[in-house]
Amino acid sequence: MNAVRRGGLGLLAWVSGIVFFLPVAWMALTSFHSEQDAATNPPSFTAPLTLDGYREFFGTGGGASPWPALVNSAVASVASTLFVLLLALPAAYALSIRPVRKWTDVLFFFLSTKMLPVVAGLLPIYLFAKNAGMLDNIWLLVILYTSMNLPIAVWMMQSFLAEVPVAIIEAARVDGARLPTILARVVAPVALPGIAATALICFIFSWNELLFARVLTGVVAETAPVFLTGFITSQGLFLAKVCAASLVVSLPVLAAGFAAQDKLVQGLSLGAVK
Amino acid sequence: MTATTTAPVAAPSAQAPRTPSPRLRAWATRAPLLPALVFMIVVTQLPFVATVVISFFDWNALYPKARRFTGFDNYHQVLTDADLRHSVWTTVLLTATVVLVSLVLGLALALLLDRRFRGRGVVRTLLIAPFLVVPVAAALLWKHVLYNPEYGLLNGLLHYVGGPQPDWISDTPLLAVEASLVWQWTPFMMLILLAGLQSRDQQQIEAARVDGASDWQIFRHLTLPHLRRYLELGALLGSVYIVQNFDAVFTITSGGLGTANLPYTVYQSFYQAHENGLASAAGVLVVIGSIVIATFALRVVSSLFREEVSRP
Repeated sequence: MNAVRRGGLGLLAWVSGIVFFLPVAWMALTSFHSEQDAATNPPSFTAPLTLDGYREFFGTGGGASPWPALVNSAVASVASTLFVLLLALPAAYALSIRPVRKWTDVLFFFLSTKMLPVVAGLLPIYLFAKNAGMLDNIWLLVILYTSMNLPIAVWMMQSFLAEVPVAIIEAARVDGARLPTILARVVAPVALPGIAATALICFIFSWNELLFARVLTGVVAETAPVFLTGFITSQGLFLAKVCAASLVVSLPVLAAGFAAQDKLVQGLSLGAVK
Repeated sequence: MTATTTAPVAAPSAQAPRTPSPRLRAWATRAPLLPALVFMIVVTQLPFVATVVISFFDWNALYPKARRFTGFDNYHQVLTDADLRHSVWTTVLLTATVVLVSLVLGLALALLLDRRFRGRGVVRTLLIAPFLVVPVAAALLWKHVLYNPEYGLLNGLLHYVGGPQPDWISDTPLLAVEASLVWQWTPFMMLILLAGLQSRDQQQIEAARVDGASDWQIFRHLTLPHLRRYLELGALLGSVYIVQNFDAVFTITSGGLGTANLPYTVYQSFYQAHENGLASAAGVLVVIGSIVIATFALRVVSSLFREEVSRP
């Protein structure tokens, strides 16, 4: 009896998993259908597969090429992630390994900036960018994405660096090791997986961001999510193309997220959940 | 950074002659923190102060000469204008519904996945997928591929069972936006709650079972109290993100049919209507709403955090 119940619950879990995954699977299948087959009612599960949706999306079948937008997204995400690490690593060091006084207050200041909604500063940033001639400039997005992810990064890395046992650091110091050596030989090996996870999460958030990019970029610095908004009004005329586009843009995030599921949880909950 | 290399962590008295002054040492400790702090203050706090200042002006970007100080007029207008008040209500409703529903679903899924069964890793991966689709792409997927009244998947499936074929977005616009967000956020809640479930004290549960406690009693008296903090954390982090939601509202309904929330309204009033003062006032109100959530959020995170610090 117990075994039957256990099996039933396992089955229920499978059904839930499939229900949640169904839209993604359907998006993937539709992206490989021709536009005619994509727009049938009832839906066709057995229509022949084709790469037409992808050809359309990448611009060989007319329409704007998404490549500049994808490159912009890559630049904005990678550059801002590097800046975040550059600023967050020393800060996390000061907050964990050699804590400054009132370090919890500083940590909470960082977190509180994350609670400040994007719209709270959007207009002055827009006006500033307009006057400084920085509208439609990818580096403005890099700066803003850095500020968007820095609090999360400081929090995460603080919790990762705090896992380095102080006794080992002290022992290395007694043996005459100086700070660069200690950082490279003692701290880095313990903290590196955490730093990688932090970088991953910063990358995902920057890649996903829409509001800043929508308001502050135009033609030159357009990012992939802004490119996608071009499909908002296409009333199902390009269903396969929309699916191909959505899937291509989501691919880096899907790949990164699947690869680091556990670290993702830890990062998204700001290191509070281990 | 160079200064930190010479400053000892805790100066033993024997080293007294070579120890730098306490003041210098304090700054050496603080130095690595300063770039990040200064950067955050400049990029996030200054613009917010500017928003507050602008919110007291009657300022339409198309008529910059007519700009003048109006005190609390913009706030009065935001709170009395029927449309704007509606967007305040929409924001509350959207946030509360999405957070509560995804939290309950997330809890159910976490409980299912906490048990051992064949293919658990695969199911977990399937469940995480919605959270990893880029938000605009997810919104497009729901708008065109699922909700489309003629060839959307939802009506396509209803066709097989002979059900009605509603026009989801026109008939139930807010529900349509909420459903897509619940789909995206349930995996997030599930992940946090699953981490909570797996940090339970298994010996305690075994002991309770030996004492003859039923599954329900264990859930009610052991699991749920243990999960409380994780439920709070999920609810609060979810609220912080969903109260700011722009992508789904912008993509699925473009704020139409009564689904405009405050972030969308702020965007619209300065990006399309060019009402800088009004947009800023609405923005400040979003912040006040967020502060209410955030104070609570910080308290919860801080209690989790303190628990961890005091851990031996």
